[in-house]
Amino acid sequence: MTASVFFGCTFIAFGPAIALFLFTIARDPLRVIFLIAGAFFWLCSLLLSSLVWFITVQISNKESSSQQKGLLIFGVVLSVMLQETFRFGYYKLLKKANEGLLMLSAEETMPISIRQLAYVSGLGFGFMSGAFSMINILADSVGPGTIGIHGDSQHFFLSSAFMTMAIVLLHMFWGVVFFDSCEKQHWWSLAVVVISHLLVSCLTFQNPQYVGSLVPTYIIVFLVGLWAFFCAGGSLRNLKLCLTCKDKDFLLANHRPR
Amino acid sequence: MGLESSKWAIIFLVCWLYKNVSCNSVEQKIYVELNNTVPCVRLLNATHQIGCQSSISGDTGVIHVLESEADLEWPLSKGPNPPYMVLLESSLFTRSIMMKMKNESNRVAGVAVVVPNTSPPEFSPHTTCPNENTGVYSDNYGPNLAHCNTTVWNPLGNGLSYEEFDFPVFSLKEDNETEFIKQCYLDHNRAVNGSAPQYPLCAMQLFSHMHAVTNTPTCMRRNDINFSINPEMVCDPLGDYNVWGSIRPYNDTVLGHKENESVVIAAARLDSRAFFWEVSTGAEGSISGFVTLLAAAQALREVTHKAPPTRNILFAFFQGETFDYIGSSRMVYDMENGKFVIDLDNVHSILEIGQVAVHSGTNLFLHSDPVSRSNDTVNDEVENFVKNLQSSTAGLSFLLVEPNVSQPLPPSSLQRFLRAQPIPGIVLADHESAFNNRYYESFYDNAANLNLTYPSDLSPEEQLEFVTETAKSLTDVATVVARALYKQAGGDDSQVNTIKADPKIVTQMLYGFLVSSNNSWFQAVMAPELKNILKPSPPEYYVGVVMSSTPTRLVQYLLANLTGAATNLTQSQCQKPDELPNESRQMYSYLWVQGIVPPNSTQRDSFCVRASVRLTKAVSPAFELGEYASKDYSTWTESRWKFIKARIFLVASRDLEMLTLGVGVAVLFTSLLVTYFISTKADVLFSSTREPASAAY
Repeated sequence: MTASVFFGCTFIAFGPAIALFLFTIARDPLRVIFLIAGAFFWLCSLLLSSLVWFITVQISNKESSSQQKGLLIFGVVLSVMLQETFRFGYYKLLKKANEGLLMLSAEETMPISIRQLAYVSGLGFGFMSGAFSMINILADSVGPGTIGIHGDSQHFFLSSAFMTMAIVLLHMFWGVVFFDSCEKQHWWSLAVVVISHLLVSCLTFQNPQYVGSLVPTYIIVFLVGLWAFFCAGGSLRNLKLCLTCKDKDFLLANHRPR
Repeated sequence: MGLESSKWAIIFLVCWLYKNVSCNSVEQKIYVELNNTVPCVRLLNATHQIGCQSSISGDTGVIHVLESEADLEWPLSKGPNPPYMVLLESSLFTRSIMMKMKNESNRVAGVAVVVPNTSPPEFSPHTTCPNENTGVYSDNYGPNLAHCNTTVWNPLGNGLSYEEFDFPVFSLKEDNETEFIKQCYLDHNRAVNGSAPQYPLCAMQLFSHMHAVTNTPTCMRRNDINFSINPEMVCDPLGDYNVWGSIRPYNDTVLGHKENESVVIAAARLDSRAFFWEVSTGAEGSISGFVTLLAAAQALREVTHKAPPTRNILFAFFQGETFDYIGSSRMVYDMENGKFVIDLDNVHSILEIGQVAVHSGTNLFLHSDPVSRSNDTVNDEVENFVKNLQSSTAGLSFLLVEPNVSQPLPPSSLQRFLRAQPIPGIVLADHESAFNNRYYESFYDNAANLNLTYPSDLSPEEQLEFVTETAKSLTDVATVVARALYKQAGGDDSQVNTIKADPKIVTQMLYGFLVSSNNSWFQAVMAPELKNILKPSPPEYYVGVVMSSTPTRLVQYLLANLTGAATNLTQSQCQKPDELPNESRQMYSYLWVQGIVPPNSTQRDSFCVRASVRLTKAVSPAFELGEYASKDYSTWTESRWKFIKARIFLVASRDLEMLTLGVGVAVLFTSLLVTYFISTKADVLFSSTREPASAAY
């Protein structure tokens, strides 16, 4: 649809991700490394699930559309499971790496806390997932045409961009909650993360009813975001303090007695 | 060992994946590619460029199906969403509509013409006076006859082929794709009750970017720029090969004037053109002429072996005549400079077969040049020739008549010979003054124009053998031509009545050249390595730039089969005949042809044909001499291009696009602000479970 749609959709899909990267990750090389490793883990999970998907499609009956639809649902569920498995695997790897880093570094304390790792790995998953969802659609949005000549909805590009933004944010929140619940051995909250991931992915089967898939997704984004905020150590009190600009006094007050 | 085999397993898996993967991409949901389109391309000559051009990234326009000439107001002035891509039915493809669109070309992105299966009553995109500047008539030679002052040869011509358009013009067939386009227009682009149509609108994009500009000297100069290892060529000269054959063979290596050699030349032209690139049929314009000449050559074969005439007869088929006489001007140039087996002094007379198929009466006409006939010797020769021709129609159903003697020659290769030397010559044609052909040099000059009809229940092989009325009348013309040539060449008068052209051969040629070139007879006469040029549709008669067009090859092999002799040589002997005592490559050409399939086997009976048939290069002398701005020779070139394609899709309104961009920028700024806020206040926001001892966060 031309360059304006291309840039508009890129900014919508990757705006929050770019902002987060610029302000919180770009200055610290260790965080950048863990971000890229997280992205790589997501990529591995996708490779594995696409291999399974491809093989099952080749051996299935290509003519029967109900079988193909069933295969698609199976593929989505499998992919979600694999992504969460790889997230768990990444968590285990990071725990081991942290101990190793502590032994190597000169300082007494760990250079990066597990909570920051949770955030960074979640964002890495989000970056790669967003890229895979959006890049080929962005490439086609540069041309002069828009979707619709065969009767499909015109709002494909815009809703894909919003969906991708939601997915990127969700992966970040899920990362935080996941690592936190692994640390605290709260297995039920792990299950809730997996279930909410499944729910969001299955909501996309509502497309092309874009309202039906985007609105519930954004509700879930808000809810999971709140949960992640609390897991990461936020509270309503801190939020009120920040917003009313009384934080400086609070810090000074905290620092006085030791 | 385990690692080795797993490596191989992975390699196989990857290769299999690569082969089998196909994606259902977003592109297929946006664009519908149009496959059966033909573009109009740019041609250049010494002073001008003609044809069509698109911009380098294609021209996009909102589709508008034109209903009448008055409806042109909508794309040209009233329509609210310029530029428009105008879709025309062929009845509206007229000069006035195209010129109006040319004048408002900032609102017209391109034109698509729907070509129907049935022809309109008349249509000729060529000029009214074909080849007027490179013929023989000029201010020095018959000035009152030049530039069609006395006879306008092609009065129906609207000159569209020679106009320059700076938007692309494509042609579409009447098939499912065009129906889809019209349906898309009806669904999205119709204005309801005078209000503007709503976005999204159906649009078309045409790519036909031509690299050459201005004129031939400019593009040839740019061809020569050698900046890189792969220099970019921008244009190529038009040209191909002329086919010639003779009754008595000539030694290919002995060129120039031959003492005491007198030759009668029988000429016809091979090519034609249309407004769109390559889709030319030229049924009446060129095919009628050369098929007649081929049949006459076959008719003369037997009698010239039994009772050889005193003079030699040379059959010449010229390519590129449509574009300022490329082939004939090259042959005359070669003759003048001693590069051909004979020269102009050896030529006794010339008979040219022009357009001979559309009889509007029972007469054919013998055109001659009045200016050269003012010389008495030439006049006597011409009158002798006319007498020979007129006496050859004895027993046939038509007469040969001379038109009014002060009429010039119609556009013909003979004019190029007359430019060099006053040779007695006659052009045989079915029109007394203006052409009878209502579709001269257009894509409607096809089998229907010659009334070539077959009964509906015949298979293709049966159609090949069926003798049509058209074939019968062309056979009679071929008989007359053969007899007249034999008499003109000084043959024995008693043998003249045994010369008869074969209607079977004529009808097979008409079928092959006008209906389907992939038939059993053409397969039998062609070489094995060339059998892929035969297709189920008729060949294209545009001269082109590739120097290997199908009609040239077909005429070469047909002439060889019809006038030559089958030999017993094996295939390897056929390729090196000089090793045998009686064969000589210098005198004959040896062609290995496929032959027919005998009834009980699957192998073809291939054999070696020995014929005195040769090809000579038909590229304009202007390119040999480097005179790209020449006024005497043809300087036509065809531009090069990278790719040509067409597609349709929907376009969204500018407002929606800008809104998307605005929302994106807003999201980006908001997230930058929020993130900055959060990251600076991070230690406050996320402090509730902080361990007191850790200072790093």
